[in-house]
Amino acid sequence: MATAQTEIKVTPEIAAEHGITPEEYARIQQILGRVPNITELGIFTVMWSEHCSYKSSKVHLKRLPTRGKLVVQGPGENAGVVDIGDGLVAAFKIESHNHPSYVEPFQGATTGVGGILRDIFTMGARPIAVLDSLRFGEITASPTTSQEDAAKNRRILDGVVRGVGSYGNCFGVPTVGGEVAFEPCYAQNPLVNALALGIARKEEIFLAKAKGIGNPVIYVGAKTGRDGIHGASLLASAEFTEESQQKRPNVQVGDPFMEKLLLEACLEAMKTGAVVAIQDMGAAGLTCSTCEMASRGGTGIEIDLAKVPQRETGMTPYEIMLSESQERMLLVAEKGREYEVLAVFKKWGLDATVVGDVTDGGLLVVKDHGRMAAQIPAHPLAEEGPVYNRPIAEPAPRKETEKDWYKFAAEGTNLTANFQKLLASPTIASKHWITEQYDSMVRTNTLAGPGASDAAVVRIKETKRALALATDGNGRWCQLDPKVGAMHAVAEAARNVATSGARPIAATNCLNFGSPEKPEVMWQFSQAIDGVGEACIALGTPITGGNVSFYNETLRKSIYPTPVIGILGILQDASKVLKLAFKNPGDVIILLDGLGPGGPANRANPAQEFSSSEYAKTIGGIVAGEPPAIDLNAEKRLIDALIAFAEAGTVRSAHDLSDGGLAAALAESCFASQGLGATVDFDGEANAEFALFGERGARAVLSVAPQQVAAVLATARQYTLGARQIGKVTDDNALCIQYKGVAVISAPVPTLKDHWAHSLERNLNIP
Amino acid sequence: MKFGVVVFPGSNCDHDAFHAIGHVLQKPVEFIWHQSQDLHQCDAIILPGGFSYGDYLRTGAIARFSPVMKSVEKFVSSGGLVLGICNGFQILLEAGLLPGAMMRNSGLRFICKHVHIRVENTNSPFTCAAQPGQVLTIPIAHSDGNYTCDEATLRELEKNQQILFRYTTASGKNDAAGNPNGSVANIAGICNHARNVAGLMPHPERAVEQVLDSNDGLVIFRSMIEALVGAAKATA
Repeated sequence: MATAQTEIKVTPEIAAEHGITPEEYARIQQILGRVPNITELGIFTVMWSEHCSYKSSKVHLKRLPTRGKLVVQGPGENAGVVDIGDGLVAAFKIESHNHPSYVEPFQGATTGVGGILRDIFTMGARPIAVLDSLRFGEITASPTTSQEDAAKNRRILDGVVRGVGSYGNCFGVPTVGGEVAFEPCYAQNPLVNALALGIARKEEIFLAKAKGIGNPVIYVGAKTGRDGIHGASLLASAEFTEESQQKRPNVQVGDPFMEKLLLEACLEAMKTGAVVAIQDMGAAGLTCSTCEMASRGGTGIEIDLAKVPQRETGMTPYEIMLSESQERMLLVAEKGREYEVLAVFKKWGLDATVVGDVTDGGLLVVKDHGRMAAQIPAHPLAEEGPVYNRPIAEPAPRKETEKDWYKFAAEGTNLTANFQKLLASPTIASKHWITEQYDSMVRTNTLAGPGASDAAVVRIKETKRALALATDGNGRWCQLDPKVGAMHAVAEAARNVATSGARPIAATNCLNFGSPEKPEVMWQFSQAIDGVGEACIALGTPITGGNVSFYNETLRKSIYPTPVIGILGILQDASKVLKLAFKNPGDVIILLDGLGPGGPANRANPAQEFSSSEYAKTIGGIVAGEPPAIDLNAEKRLIDALIAFAEAGTVRSAHDLSDGGLAAALAESCFASQGLGATVDFDGEANAEFALFGERGARAVLSVAPQQVAAVLATARQYTLGARQIGKVTDDNALCIQYKGVAVISAPVPTLKDHWAHSLERNLNIP
Repeated sequence: MKFGVVVFPGSNCDHDAFHAIGHVLQKPVEFIWHQSQDLHQCDAIILPGGFSYGDYLRTGAIARFSPVMKSVEKFVSSGGLVLGICNGFQILLEAGLLPGAMMRNSGLRFICKHVHIRVENTNSPFTCAAQPGQVLTIPIAHSDGNYTCDEATLRELEKNQQILFRYTTASGKNDAAGNPNGSVANIAGICNHARNVAGLMPHPERAVEQVLDSNDGLVIFRSMIEALVGAAKATA
């Protein structure tokens, strides 16, 4: 029975142990008009945790642009919703599951995917695609990483990849894209950000507002157990220390088969017309779903815990309300029609029980076997949590000189060996070892899966259209300059979408940062918000939702500030999707530049800019300088032009420039082809390494049939782009790049490809 | 003629099979819920891919006890055509409607990619529209595709020409290099002695449209259609 627990008298010390500050404790007493009991204290602790309440980020998130003519639902619901035409809408969102993935990589990753999928289908949308954006520490020993730590990072990577794959594959949604990056700072704080996309008819979208006094509240899905208690408040809202292993019980455990049944049953139940509202039970489980639904609906909810299906005995109200057992949903049905809903869940073999009803008076009332376990006004609990304006302090500017920056190789140096090393570096090397563990084809909608195009592209069978998705972020650039780095994240994701031929229309963000209690971290956060906002406005991609993950730090050392942006695009004609592989020998290779024929007007110090590149890090061991300057107008011009090229059907392939610059882009287009190579010969002012490996944005390489070159160049002029013919696709299976008359890269494609394609497996010691 | 696609709890590729048959090949097709006691007068049954019952215990181990399987067994005895794809193949093995068993991939990981399979013989209702030795590019997506059987069974399969598809290299060579999961004799798909039940691990329903990079899977469905037309003519 619950009595023992509810008899614990709450004191300021117990509140402090729960992580509640004295001010928050005073506020709780003010809301209740009395001292909370232990269950109520637990409820406030999770709802007012950083993860659930966004207390440190709210004041900054307000500055993000969230409106647009295609936005049907912005931030505030379970996922963002945008109009994609033909009476259809897309629901999409990216979310983090970082801390659990460090403690228990497989389950942390798998439940991260499960959670984001539920956020989509709780809106009434069938999930059609998943992308995952992963960041790990170094997987091989280096000056910054010991053998032991590298082995640990490899184990984490393996567990996370198996976790992501196992959930998506069993659930039956294709994992079609994403990214994997490596930096020492993610070693004890890996980042696992999962994005899901679903579609629905506009009138079938469900919101989570408990309405209709007397309507039954129904619990469906898995039984409640003790897993994940305080997952939100202890894992996601605190940094790691030496005792982190003990947090294992706080990691949730996933069951994708259960979720597949839940998906089918929920969508079928929603079609009966008897469902009024529905919300998934994710972070803070029953607590969050009840008070949020009531708060949004302007109503109250009363539930009886004795009716909640449980898979453990002797659970206290505290445990039941805080459990984060997965694969559960809470829904409100129309009174008198609950049996229609229950019958659907019975057909699918799922527990479905009426556990309470919607009330007026705005209270969340929790009873347990007749006893009052908790009684809290829902709206203040859900919406009036603390809002902090944390101190911000810009760190002292880095004092760098030439000595700290990359030293360019002498003119005429052959760069082939360095290039091979770059292609084998973990962030640039092929991820096919990972992506082949994901089913990327189920549902037969995937027009461009992992590695085929710069964005993942899935068709919508009922229409002529397709949707494109890309996720991008660059922690290293954000560490060097959070605002510029954040702008690049948006620009790169949008450019990736456009390079597949689709128009970017909306964005979702996952903001991964260190402790908000550190003024420098809050400065990074605020700067990143400014950057994301400015770029989203310039590129026409409002933020429709997402999440914030703070406290990504261990023993006081935080990760690079890492905003990850997911961008959704629409391809009006699915048959016009652009891919990155070269297609025909003899095709002309054209380098497009949003900054026009001359490049940037004000040349930054090349050594300073280049010091932020993958090449400088891999070859020179240098992380310094500044990210390349970003010109959002140039990015927009390139995006518009790429969409026009796709529509006109005048280009054979397109690939944008990013990590590893021009040389990497050319190589990747060769690798994806059927045994083709390229011969490139061009001039410029910069030195060879800068020209070949510089990572300035707003650029793409196209391959174009000779008879289409004039048309392509004309379109480029129309969009005020620079467009240089730099070479040709060949059938000799070699990549030869001449710069300023000197052969700087010359190698057979199979040799280069071997370095690129098998590096990850070799580093992971896969035989 | 009518195709039926059985839906078990956890089936994922049911909609893909439905789309391939109904929209691409434009033949009548309907879903059959696993609780169903009858097969709705369907002339051919597809057991689709997915993770029926979450692959709990063993792949296909629980689905084979679903009520619909009683009807499938009767249908098989009376000569009806049944094609098991991926998880469907696993269910047919568990139900004893095909010989052998399925193990974890030799690499111990899930693999999703296009592979090459060779049509080993064309005297079956699943391959009659193909050319002998034709190499098909079709995707796999499984972690338990390592088909195995004992020596005696393998001899039987070979003697009776029950091996319908083998993994090969791109050029059609029967070689371990083309085998993604370690299956015995590079077997990708087999049929029963009576030649009316077949199972294969690759997903032909994912290779029926050129936009999806290959339409080599069409020939398998076309074979079934040809066989059904032939059977209908024979009984007319």
